[in-house]
Amino acid sequence: MGRIDSPPKIGEVIEASTSEFTAQCYELHQPPPFGSLVKTREGDVEIYGVVLRAATTSIEPGRRPIARGRDEEEEEGIYRASPQLEKLLRTDFTALVVGHNAGRGGVETENDEKLHHYLPPRPARIHSFVYLCDLKESARFSQSLDFLSILVGAGGQADELIAASLRYAAAAHQEPRDFLTRAGREVAVLLGGETNRLTTILRRIKW
Amino acid sequence: MEERRLGIVVSGSLTRGVEVRLDSAISVEDIAVGRYVTIEGEKRRFFGMITDVTLDASDPGLMTTPPDVSDPFIVEVLCGTSIFGRLHVLPSLTLGSDAMSLLEGPQPVKTVPTHFSVVRESSEEDVARVFGQVEEKQFYIGTPLDMETKVRLNPEELVKRSSGVFGKSGTGKTFLARLILIGIIQEGAAVNLVFDMHSEYGWEGTSEDNRKVKALKQLFPSKVAVFALDEESARRRKVSTDFIVEIGYGEIEPEDITMLRETLGLTEAAVQATYRLARRFGERKWLESFLAIEGREELGELAQSLGEHEATIAALHRRLDSLKRLRFLVPQARDNTIQRILEYLDRGMNVVLEFGRYTDYTAYILVANLLTRRIHAQYRERMEQAMGEDITKPRPLVITIEEAHRFLSQELAGQTIFGTIAREMRKYNVTLLVIDQRPSGIDEEVMSQIGTKITCLLDNERDIDSVLTGVSGKSELKAVLAKLDSKQQALIFGHAVPMPVVVRTREYGSPQSYKELGFREALELKKQAEDEAKDLWG
Repeated sequence: MGRIDSPPKIGEVIEASTSEFTAQCYELHQPPPFGSLVKTREGDVEIYGVVLRAATTSIEPGRRPIARGRDEEEEEGIYRASPQLEKLLRTDFTALVVGHNAGRGGVETENDEKLHHYLPPRPARIHSFVYLCDLKESARFSQSLDFLSILVGAGGQADELIAASLRYAAAAHQEPRDFLTRAGREVAVLLGGETNRLTTILRRIKW
Repeated sequence: MEERRLGIVVSGSLTRGVEVRLDSAISVEDIAVGRYVTIEGEKRRFFGMITDVTLDASDPGLMTTPPDVSDPFIVEVLCGTSIFGRLHVLPSLTLGSDAMSLLEGPQPVKTVPTHFSVVRESSEEDVARVFGQVEEKQFYIGTPLDMETKVRLNPEELVKRSSGVFGKSGTGKTFLARLILIGIIQEGAAVNLVFDMHSEYGWEGTSEDNRKVKALKQLFPSKVAVFALDEESARRRKVSTDFIVEIGYGEIEPEDITMLRETLGLTEAAVQATYRLARRFGERKWLESFLAIEGREELGELAQSLGEHEATIAALHRRLDSLKRLRFLVPQARDNTIQRILEYLDRGMNVVLEFGRYTDYTAYILVANLLTRRIHAQYRERMEQAMGEDITKPRPLVITIEEAHRFLSQELAGQTIFGTIAREMRKYNVTLLVIDQRPSGIDEEVMSQIGTKITCLLDNERDIDSVLTGVSGKSELKAVLAKLDSKQQALIFGHAVPMPVVVRTREYGSPQSYKELGFREALELKKQAEDEAKDLWG
C-alpha cells in the first residue's frame, strides 16, 4: 500500500471514532503541531483530521512520572541518565476528522472533486499509519473552507483550534492574507451572532 | 458588458419594495438614492429605483461593543459579513426578455423578484429601453443620476393633462419650466400661453448666477410672440414685443373681483356688492360707472339704493380705485386683446404675456384669470362645435401660471377658471402648466388631477406630502425627494414618464445648449440662406 510520494509517517492510530481519531507518535515529544492537517486511511479512503490536542503521558495509567532532575545541570541530562524513560513515556495526539478522500481503486489523482469536507462513512482503522500533510496538500485541502463548520462545533477549544488551523493553512497558501480574509469571512458567517467568539478568532489570525 | 453587481434581494413586498443586501465589495458610500437598478429575477427582469440605504449588522451586539476597527484585517473580514449595507429598492417596471415582451416594452410590476435575485446597476440600454430612445430631433429633459441616457419627457403625453413644476425657491423651477415649454414648442405638441409674472420666458431670463439666458422668443422667433402689459419696461429691456396689452374696464366682471378678494382685502359683502353693481350699471359698464362716482354723498346714495351698507360701498370704491394705478387698465381699450391672443394661438404661435413692472399679485391674478376665462370659453365653444360637426379641433393649448396656489387654493379652486381647467382635464384641449413653491396651498382635488409632476427639492413636510398624494411608493419617493440636490435635479413622475425618475436637468444657457435646441445665430442663418441660394442657382 506504500506510495512513493507519501510524506513520512508520524504515528499510528490507537483509537478511532467517526468524528475523531487518536494516534500514538513514533517519536516521543514530537506530535504534529496543534491545528495542523494530518491524514490516515481506512481501506481506500484517506481520512483527514486537524490536530485537536496532543499529550505526553506515562505508558501505564496510574503510574505518574516523578521528578528526577535535582542533580542534573540540564534537562537532557535526565534522559541521558535514565534511557529507559523514553520507553516509559508516550506522546499521543487526537485529530478531529474534517474530511476524506473517497479514493476509487487506490488511484491517486490531483482532482479536487474527490475531496470531501465532511465525515467519512467509516472511522479510521486501528494501527493505520498517520501522516503529516505537507504544505501542498494542506493548501489543496483548504481550498474549500467547508471544514470550518466542523471545527466551530469542536467544544471548549474550538476557537483556539480554528485560529490555529487557519494560521497553519495560511502558511501553505501563496497569498496568506487573502486566504485569511476569505476564511475570516467564512467564520463570520458561521458564527453569526456570536460576535465575541468571532473577534477572538480574528485577533488570533490577523495578518 | 455586465454591469456592477450590487447584491441580492433578501426580502420585501410589492407595496413596500424589496430589501437588497449589499455585496461585501460594494461600499454604501458608492450608492446614491434615486439611482436605477435592474433585478434579475427568475423569469423576468425588474427595473427599480434605490429609495433608501441602511447600515445593518447580523448581531446587535456588534453595535454595542464595536470591534477593533483600527485593524484593517478585521474591518475587511467584518464588512459584508457581520456588518453590511442594505438597499431599499422600489421596483416599478418589468422587462421581459422574450420576443413578445420586447414588443410590448416595459410593463408595470405586479409581483416581486424571487429570493436572492441578483441586483445590478442598470445598464444604459435598460434605462434607454424604459425611457425610450431619444431621436436626434426629440426633446429630452435631462439624464438620470450618473448616467448618460437621455430621459425623454414626451410632450405629446405631457400636454394631454395638466402638469406641475414644484420646488422651493431657488431650485430651478423657472429653468425647468422654460425647458418644458421649449420641448412643447420644439415638437409642436401644443400652443402655449404663458403668464410670465417676472418676465423670464419671453425674451430672456437670468440664471442663478445672474447670467442672461435666452428665452423662448430668441430660440423660436417665428413661433413665439411676446405680449407686454408694460410697454416701458419692455422697451427698457430691449424686448421686441408683438403686442401691447390693454384691458378695458368693460372687460372686468364681478367674478374677476371675487378672485382679488384676498389681495385687495375685500369683505364678502363687498364682493357681493359688485354683482349688484353689475346688475345696476350693466355688465360692461359697472366698473367704469362705479369708479366715476366721486364724493361721499353720492356713494351714500348708491349704497342706499342698492340696499348695502354705506361703509361697504365706500371701502369697495376705495379698493377698486387702487386698480387705477395699473396702467394697462383703461376705460376703453384700443384693441381686443383676447381676440389677438386667440388669433396668434390659432396660427400656432405661442404667446408669452410679460407683466413687466406689474409683479404684484393683484395684476397677475386679475389678468391671468380674466384672459384665461375668456380664452377657455372660446376653446370650449369651438371644441363643442368640433365634436358636433366633425371639424378639426382647435390646437391643444397649455396655459402656464406661476404662483399657482394663489389661483388654486382650496377656497378659490372651486370658483376660478383654473380650477375648472385642472379638473376637466383635456376635455376642451386646454391644460395647465402650474409652477409653484407651495404645493400644499393648492387644492387637493386639483393636485390629484395633475398628470405629470416635476418637482425640485422641497423641504416642507406638507409640501412634500401634497406633491406625492396618490402616488404609489409615496414614502419611498419622499426620501428621494427630500434628498435632491438643490440645483439641476428634479424628480419626475406621472403621466409623461413610465416610472418616477430623478434627472439631472440638461444644461441650458451655453451656446452649445441653444444649438442643441435648434437655435441658430443670425450669421449662421444668413450663411445657410446663401448656401441654399448657391445650390439653387449654381
